This record gives sequence, structure tokens and C-alpha cells, in this order.
Amino acid sequence: MAHARHTYTVGDMSESNPAAAPDHDGGSVQLGHFGRTREVRETEAVFTVEDLSVFYGDYEAVRGTTLNVRKNQITAMIGPSGCGKSTVLRCFNRMNDLIPGARVAGKILYHDEDLYGSDIDAVEVRRRIGMVFQKPNPFPKSIYDNVAYGPRVNKMKGNLDEMVEEALIGAALWDEVKDKLKTSGLSLSGGQQQRLCIARTIAVKPEVILMDEPCSALDPIATAKIEDLMHDLAEKYTIIIVTHNMQQAARVSDRTAFFTAEVDDQGVRHGRLVEFDLTSTIFGKPNDKRTEDYITGRFG
Amino acid sequence: MTVTAEKASTASGAPRGSLRRSRPRYGELVVRGILLTAALVSILTTVGIVYSLIPPTVAFFQQVSFDEFFTGTSWAPLFKPASYGVLPLLVGTLVITVIAVLVAIPLGLFAAIYLSEYARPRVRKTFKPMLEILAGIPTVVYGFFALALVTPLLRGIWPVGDGPAIFNGLAAGLVMGVMIIPTVASLAEDAMSAVPQSLRDGAYALGSTRMIVSLRVVVPAALSGIVAAFVLGVSRAIGETMIVTIAAGITPSVNWNPLQAMSTMTAFIAQAGSGDIPVASFDYKTVFAVAALLFAITFVMNAMSIRLVRKYREVYE
Amino acid sequence: MSTPADVGIPSQPREDRRSWLGPTRRRPLEMLFQGVLLASLVIGVVFLATLLIYVLVRGWPRLDARLWENFNSIRRPERAGAQAAIFGTIWVMLLTALICLPVGILAAIHMEEYADKTKWWNRAIELNLQNLAAVPSIVYGILGLGIVARQFGLGTSIITAAITLSLLVLPVVVVASREAIRAVPGSIRDGSLALGATKWQTIRKQILPAAIPGIATGSILALSRAIGEAAPLLLLGAVTFVAFNPDSLTSAYTVLPIQIYDWIRQSREEFQVLAAAAIAVLLAILLLMNSVAIYIRNRYQKRW
Repeated sequence: MAHARHTYTVGDMSESNPAAAPDHDGGSVQLGHFGRTREVRETEAVFTVEDLSVFYGDYEAVRGTTLNVRKNQITAMIGPSGCGKSTVLRCFNRMNDLIPGARVAGKILYHDEDLYGSDIDAVEVRRRIGMVFQKPNPFPKSIYDNVAYGPRVNKMKGNLDEMVEEALIGAALWDEVKDKLKTSGLSLSGGQQQRLCIARTIAVKPEVILMDEPCSALDPIATAKIEDLMHDLAEKYTIIIVTHNMQQAARVSDRTAFFTAEVDDQGVRHGRLVEFDLTSTIFGKPNDKRTEDYITGRFG
Repeated sequence: MTVTAEKASTASGAPRGSLRRSRPRYGELVVRGILLTAALVSILTTVGIVYSLIPPTVAFFQQVSFDEFFTGTSWAPLFKPASYGVLPLLVGTLVITVIAVLVAIPLGLFAAIYLSEYARPRVRKTFKPMLEILAGIPTVVYGFFALALVTPLLRGIWPVGDGPAIFNGLAAGLVMGVMIIPTVASLAEDAMSAVPQSLRDGAYALGSTRMIVSLRVVVPAALSGIVAAFVLGVSRAIGETMIVTIAAGITPSVNWNPLQAMSTMTAFIAQAGSGDIPVASFDYKTVFAVAALLFAITFVMNAMSIRLVRKYREVYE
Repeated sequence: MSTPADVGIPSQPREDRRSWLGPTRRRPLEMLFQGVLLASLVIGVVFLATLLIYVLVRGWPRLDARLWENFNSIRRPERAGAQAAIFGTIWVMLLTALICLPVGILAAIHMEEYADKTKWWNRAIELNLQNLAAVPSIVYGILGLGIVARQFGLGTSIITAAITLSLLVLPVVVVASREAIRAVPGSIRDGSLALGATKWQTIRKQILPAAIPGIATGSILALSRAIGEAAPLLLLGAVTFVAFNPDSLTSAYTVLPIQIYDWIRQSREEFQVLAAAAIAVLLAILLLMNSVAIYIRNRYQKRW
């Protein structure tokens, strides 16, 4: 089965890939020199989102979202504040259920199943689709118990010690904590805490990892470590990341969705998906003027 | 080591299988049921109180007219011939409550203003526990204190005429007042600390003194909470039993003089109820009738207090 | 050239907000007011100190082993002791804890984690709890007498006392537990649920353990309130002449507050001294319990 291949280099695009350079006035985005090459293959769709709207009571927070998330890719959602990125993200693991009055219209398909079907078990959804939060939130327990919590509550079979070690290795934290597994998770630095949260998320062997601005509370070095980690994680997991940081989205993601907020005639803000495409397209030659304005810094 | 997940895996190791649940999580449902039941216990308590009060009260009023009960001036239910005018009990309750409230409201409010507006953190840390201790002392201890120390003290220092009798309403009222201070003070202080600092700042910036800010800005802003505190204090005074039973004695007639013995509703219930009364007897019903009156009065006051608290919470929180 | 004094501007600024720097400026009304306020607090403190000292001094002659070794005796006050009351208090405290704490904590979990505040029955539960907290304690005695003792047929026994007192202090346990549960940050809940834990698993494994210090403190305070109560038990036949310790759930009993009340009512002076001594013992028990509560609160309270 032939896969369409779009190969691009995440790096200085205007030199190596002239086709990606914009041919209209507007400038291009300097993406920095990272030099990683990722093949963006057309893998199967893990999520298919059709015209999704999210309501809090009568207030339509986000509307008209249609996109798909493909396996083992990193999909980024960017946009200014208040445009609904986190709201949409939280739909993927049904965390919005926890907010009273929240409801969705439209459809999210997880593989072939309607994520919001009537007999879907939200608890199982959350095991398969994990989440890392903006502010690291380790439990007030030991590092070991933090990572072991997921397998324990999900009654996963196997050797717990090995599962914990595997998860901590996968989160690039093992070497730093292997001698102090019994100390409190709260004693770690911010960046380490966030990697601990990643470790406990992957300990339950999810298929998807959702990341809600995972680096916004961290310093640049910790941020870089986690961005490196994301590339490794994408080998095994499918990642969706919400970020305020455009450059981060350009650095790490394969596909990008750009959201914006629009004000209707009554003066009420609603979030809306503007454009969803390969990251190279969004940052190189976006189709929508609003996207171009945002990434070139004219607004947002 | 092989980790076997519960469901079949795809090549990437992530388990597949439907997200649908074959059967609902029964454990969670059972838990929810148990928790709701526990929460309903409190409702059952109220139902129980009402349920235990109504039949004997109804039976009581089948024999004693409302008129005799509420306007009769002689309370001698356990005597023969019995008289069932509840006025002596009401008057006793009223007099002692007024004395207690005259002590508790000013002192409680001032203490609250001091703690909220004046006291430095160190001072607060010393005084707040004192108030908590005062609140935690059993009322029987207060009663003892009233009878054994306060009454002789009053008798000793009384300047004119006959001082208080051995059992008198004044000592009971005064001691009860101090007992209620923590109730009034803590609720009033809660209300005052809910007032936003910006209101105070605005007044200070105009050159007001602390006294003016306290009395003209904070107290009016917290007024509904403060009134709620007062109402709650009154309600506690009405419902207090041990202090009056021990220190205020029994009197079968209407007596407005706090220097003499007086009997409250609560004291009657305690004394009559602690004997061994056969259920079928009328005396049993009398106890319940008075208790019903007591419950009705405090219920109304509590409802008022709760509504007032809600008012100030809505405004500031 | 005019100086500020010429113009009439006060040479010292008015006092503005809290100043740690020095005493109040010379404004007599201010100082009087502050004095009145402070005096209110001081009156309470003086009263408390007087009460404690008086009790100790008055009861000193009988604060000896007879108090807990002997049983009560009306005819021979020199032999009277409060052992039955002390044991009764301990029994009642334990039984009340067994009944009241589970119900209260579970109810608090329901109200904080599961209750949909828009449903009328949950709002009724809230309102009802606030009301119950202010019902006079003797009315609980009526409840105990009418329903527990008579309807349930449990009679005037120690289990009736425990049930009645449990209902009396239930609001205290619920309020304290709710606050402790509410203090656990939502991020912990979110983190747990996002890993595929059920709601009850989250509560059992994350929230309750984190809330335990607050719950424990509240429970101890509730129990110390319960063992100080006398009024409800007067109606429940805490028969004062009890010369034995409780031996079963349905046995007769007495407790310290009731014993104290009974001794106060006796005419002979020795019984007044005994009453004071018993009060000292009761206050000592309460002091111990409250110290434990405060210790738990200070040592284990998590700062989020």
C-alpha cells in the first residue's frame, strides 16, 4: 500500500525547500535550526472530528471544528488565548464531562467508534487517551506510587516494578530518580515533575497522549528536554499538543490546526478552527489570511 | 518479562477493543447509593424530630386549649389540680435571654471588630484560641460556675436591698451571655472579613480613622452577617438548658424579676423529662408540647439567621 | 514665606491604615474605642481564667484516686467516686465515634463530590444541615426519647445515648470533612481521572488520604462536644445512681456531665467539692482531646 510521502526538514525552510517558501508578501517564519527530519506519512486516522462544537450551557465556546489526527504523529493546536484549543483537546478524553453544563455537538470518532456514544465508558476512554496538564500535578505520594497509580487502578497485570521502570525510562526520567523512587514526587523540579506526569501517563499504555501547554510553566531548558522527549514518544504514541508557542509547534509537530476567536453580532466570542494542514504548509504557505497574520505576528 | 494487557494488542502495543462497556460499573452505583443514604441521615433526623413532636403535642392540645396554654399565668402541670399556662416559662426564657443577649451582643461584636480590624496577627493568634476554648466548655460547667461563684459574688457585692436569691435569673443570664460570646463573635468576624479590603482602603485613603472605618464602613457592609450572628446568639440563649436548670431554679408563676428564681422552657423539659414518666400519661405529652414550642421558636430564628448569612455571602463571595 | 503651620495644615498626618510603627496617635476617642474593644476580649479571657482557677481550687481536696476508683455514693460522700461516669463517658465516646464518623464522612463525600447542586434534594440536605446545627441540644433528647428509646425499643440505654449524640454532632463532622475534602486541589482529581481511574477510586486513593488530617481534627472536635453534653441525656435516663460500669450496649449508664449535674444538686458541701473535682477531670479530658486535634492539624495539614 503506497503511502503518500511528504518529506520536509524542520529547519531553515527558505533555503532547503524553496517550494515551501511563501510566494506572496507576508514574510516567512524563521523556524530555527533544528535539523531533524521527520517523514510525515499518511497513517491511519486515530481521531476523526466532524463539525465539532462545544457548549457550556448555552454558550458555544468552540464551533465548526473538523480535523483528523493520525497515528504516531504529533498534531499541534495553536491560536490566541480564548479560542477554544484546550476545550477541544479536553474533548478527546472526555474531560469536559467533568464540567457541569458542558456538552458537544458534532462528532468525534475514535477509530470507528463515536467517542460520545451512549454506552461508551468514559473511564476506559481516559485510560487509552492520556493527558498531561499545563501545570505539573504529581500526586502527593512517592515517585514510585505516582507512576504505579495508573496500573494499579486499572488493574493491569504484570510486574509493577518493571512497569514503573519502563515508564520512567520512556519519560527520560529514570536515570535521575532511580535511586530515590520512594521520595515524594513533589520534591522534584518543575521539569522533572512534568516528566513524572508523562511517565505516569505512559505507564497505563495509552494510544494517545494529549498535552495541554505542557511547557508553559517550565524554563527553557526543561522545555527543550520535553520537546526532545516528544519526538521519541511519537514513535509509540499519537500526540496532540496545545501550545501558545508558535515556534514550539513548528519545531515538534507534523500537522497543525490553527484556531482563532471571532466575535458574533451580539459581541460574544466563539472559538473556531481556521485552518488545519501540514505544519510545513501552515508555517510556510498558509491558505487563510488569518493564519498568515497570526504566524507572522501581525496579531495574536 | 511480558506485560500482558487485558485486551488484544495492536502492533504498537496499545490495547484495542471496543470502548463500550458490556455492563455498567455496579460498584460505582452501589457507592453512590451508600453516600446518598449517609447524606439523607440528616434529613431523617429532622423528620424524626418533627415526627416525635407532633403526636404528643396534638394530643396535648386536645385537652388543653390554646387559650389556657398561651395566656395562662400558672404553670403547674405536675400538680393536682394542674394548670397549663406556659407564660411563666416564656417569661423566664425571655428575661434570661435578654440578660444574656445584653452581655453577648456588645461584647461579641466588639471582640469581633477588634479581631477583624485592629488586632495584629500575633494578638489574633492568642485570642482566637481563647474564644474557641470558651466555646468548648461544657454548659454544665458554666452552670456550676453560675451557682457556686457568680451568685454568691452578686449577693456579696449587692449594694441596695435584698440581693439575688440563691437561685436567680441574673447569674444564669450573665454566665450564659459569656458562653454565647464566641458564637456571636465568630460569625460576626466571618462577616467582617468577607468585606473586601478595597472598601476599607477607599475610606482610609480619604483620611478616615480606624474607628470610623470600622463603624461606618465595615459594620454596615457586613450588616446582614452581623445580624445573623445576633439572631444565632439569641437562638442559642433560648435553647440553652444546663445553665438555667442549675442556677435559675424553678418557679411556678410569672416572674419578671431576675433577682428571683425563674424557670425556662428548657429547664422544665429537663426536669420533667428526667423523671420516669409513663408514655401514656399526660405529663409526657406536656413535656413534648413545650418542646414543640421551643423547637418552633428556635427554628424560625435559625431560618432567619441562615437567610441573612446567605445574603452576605451572595454579595461578597 | 509661610510655613505649614501658618497655613493651618496639621503638622502630623492622620493615622492611616494599620501601622506597626507606633502607638495610636493622640486621639482620645480613638483610644477609648480601642480600649472598649480590647476590654470586651479581656472580659472573656478573665472570665475563662476565673472559671478554670475556681474549679481547680474548689475541687482540689477531692482530686485524688477516689475519683476514678470509686463509684458514686449518696450516703457516704467521702467514699463517692466517679468511676461509673468516667467509664460511661469513654464508652459513649467510642460508640458515638463508631456511629457518627462513618455517616458524617460519607455524607460529606456525597455533598462535595457527587451531589448535583441543582437538584432540589441536595439543596434541601444542605439547608437542613445548617438548621440542625442550631437546634437546641435538648430537642435532640426529645428525638432520642420519642424515637430511639420508645419507637425503636432501645430504651434508656447506652446505645440510645450514642445514637442521639451522634445525630447531635453529625453536622460538626460533616462541615469539617467537607472543608477538608474541598481543600484538595482539582488538579489532583483531574490527574487521577485522566489516568482512567473511576470517581470512587479517585476519592478513595487520592482525595480521602489527602483530607484525613482535616477530617481527623473535625472528628475529635465533634467527639469532645458530644462528651460534654448533658441536656439530651437527662431525658434519656442517664440514671445518676449507677454503681457499675457499662457492660453491654443495652446497659444503663452515666456520664461525667450528668454525674456532675447530680452532685451539684445535692445539698451537702462535700458534693459541691466532688462536682468541682469531676469538672476538672472532664476539662482535662477535653483539653487532651483538643490538643491532639491541634497537633494533628499543625503537623499533618497539607499546604496546597
